[in-house]
Amino acid sequence: MAIAINGLSLGAIYALIALGYTMVYGIAKMLNFAHGDVIMVGAYIIYTMCTFTWNLGSMPIWLSSLISFVVAVAVCTILGIVIEKVAYKPLRGASPLAALITAIGVSYLLQGIAQLIWGADQRTISILDRLGTVSLGDVVIKWSAIITVVVGAIIMVCLVLFIKRTRTGRAMLAVSEDKGAAQMMGVNVNAIVSTTFAIGSGLATFASLFYLPITSVSPTLGAMPGIKAFAAAVIGGIGSIPGAMLGGVLLGVVEVVCNSISAVASYTTAIEFALLIIILLVRPIGLLGKKRRVKV
Amino acid sequence: MAEMTTKKNRFQNGKWKNYISYIVIIIFLAILIIINLTKGLGFSDKSTLPRIAFSCILAVSLNLVVGFLGELSLGHAGFMCVGAYLGCYTANVLRTSGNIPELVTIILSMLVAGVVAAVFGFIIGLPALRLKGDYLAIATLAFGEIVRCIFKNLPFFGGAMGMSTKLYDGNTLFIIAFITLLFVVFCCQNLINSKHGRAVVAIRDNEIAAKAMGINVTYYKLLIFMVAAFFAGMAGVLYGATIGTIRQETFSYNYSIEILVMVVLGGMGSINGSLIAAAVITWLNITLQSQLSGALAPVKSIVYALILIIIVVFSNAPAMKGFRESINPRNWRKKTEDAGKIKNDAAAWDRIPTKIRMDDPLSVDTRTTYADSPVPPDVVVKNRDELYVKEETGKEEE
Repeated sequence: MAIAINGLSLGAIYALIALGYTMVYGIAKMLNFAHGDVIMVGAYIIYTMCTFTWNLGSMPIWLSSLISFVVAVAVCTILGIVIEKVAYKPLRGASPLAALITAIGVSYLLQGIAQLIWGADQRTISILDRLGTVSLGDVVIKWSAIITVVVGAIIMVCLVLFIKRTRTGRAMLAVSEDKGAAQMMGVNVNAIVSTTFAIGSGLATFASLFYLPITSVSPTLGAMPGIKAFAAAVIGGIGSIPGAMLGGVLLGVVEVVCNSISAVASYTTAIEFALLIIILLVRPIGLLGKKRRVKV
Repeated sequence: MAEMTTKKNRFQNGKWKNYISYIVIIIFLAILIIINLTKGLGFSDKSTLPRIAFSCILAVSLNLVVGFLGELSLGHAGFMCVGAYLGCYTANVLRTSGNIPELVTIILSMLVAGVVAAVFGFIIGLPALRLKGDYLAIATLAFGEIVRCIFKNLPFFGGAMGMSTKLYDGNTLFIIAFITLLFVVFCCQNLINSKHGRAVVAIRDNEIAAKAMGINVTYYKLLIFMVAAFFAGMAGVLYGATIGTIRQETFSYNYSIEILVMVVLGGMGSINGSLIAAAVITWLNITLQSQLSGALAPVKSIVYALILIIIVVFSNAPAMKGFRESINPRNWRKKTEDAGKIKNDAAAWDRIPTKIRMDDPLSVDTRTTYADSPVPPDVVVKNRDELYVKEETGKEEE
């Protein structure tokens, strides 16, 4: 039971990050390697704002934490848009590999700046952990895990509704299908790409809030969840939003289950990535990916 | 007689570029040896030089996969990891087992490293037969992480603490490293200019068409993955000999990406480009690291990242195309040539887009062949932008 909830909560984190990867891939056809570092920036801003507002002491802790979180979401959203405008937009129309390399450059840049501002040492902060635990019979579950699962599920439902029901969402689908045709139909492609990056970065901030109870804040915080969420996006079929959720949850559950078995705990990463390779070999387009025909 | 003319043609066709890398490496090595014998190189130079050499080996071998086979691989550091561990393990065993000459030890360890890495290359080449593009990229990345995770947990390789190996004497190590580099460049050049190499390039340009022409795609893909892995394994041994302690953290996907950066900046499908980019980037990295230490250490990654972004945006952004062409010395000459000639000249074709890859070494879009583009030959194409536009409209009309 505890394993299931923990697995689902880690899965929800991965799914939130994977959504950012998969949406950007669908729209811009590029691997956004800097996505993991947006999580790191989000975590640092939450950390800084929380310690600052808590020390002021004029507000109740839940309110100041909420304000810090909202600020972090705003900053990361703006950061996502700025990254897109400065580093990726000039390269639209160039080869995808060029964009991949600037994404790596942005990733190094964010890590370097974070290290310059906050230093390389690890810091811990408990925000969601303050809620304590709940015991159901014999098992003790952290409230933070439950909140992660519930909020993660709500966000994903909202995102699916947003994409299916709203004008902007449908415009996103149209752009990911065919950029040129969408532009001819009057879709403002630049605005849609910016929106995608903004949503992806906003989701990443949620992920950083939920990730804080599990890890400590450091400049390389984003690297491993970033790469695992990327794997999750590929398992689900990159470009597919339900696929990213499925892949994220699958990977999260596998990771927690493997970690709980002591014989294989140290090989968890290897098992996760082996799972990725096996799924790709059986189904090269991912679990829920769309097949494209190749013509000569 | 016939042989002589072909040789002459080779040089005329620009094949001399194949030999310039050997000449440059040999001259460079000779100068270094002379300096070392007369003045003596500094300690930092002695550790920098082998690092430049094995970075060059890695970049050239990755270029086989990315530039010539056209598959994106993010697991090159994984092969290097395999080679470093097994090669240095072999060397350690050979050294303890008795008085085997040092030269034999190093050759044997490199051979073992290369062969084992090639076996891993075969294993990772198998998914490459089924996966395309970004999916293959993530599969290779996953492979690299798996290898790292396994070596972290194997007790006889030192586990998480890392495995120590004998540090080579700085006076011989850089010579060994550069001779290995020479060997690798020699092998790659000859592979690429052979029947095999042409088949590989054909697969890159159009896999289905290559298959239809009777090229055994399975064989060539596996071959390239294995050869690249072999060289990466050898580079791993050099790494171990230079650094002294092999730790699995080094071989994370970040390292693979760093090698990929060298390949892309040097120009996909250009061995000379890879050599130059690898040397410059490694040197830059080491210099920044030594200049900016302590509290300024993060500045290193900021400077490195900014240089990376600026170079890529500058050299790839469609908006920068006019500026790039205006500063390219080749185009100055071309402009004056073009000015004197008739505009609607059918032969204008030969002059304009065929050498685009050379004009624009950082362009990664090597897959398009401009020779059979649907633009009518009476249009004088002044720059690539126009060519792109016309090509696209031509496609839509179909």
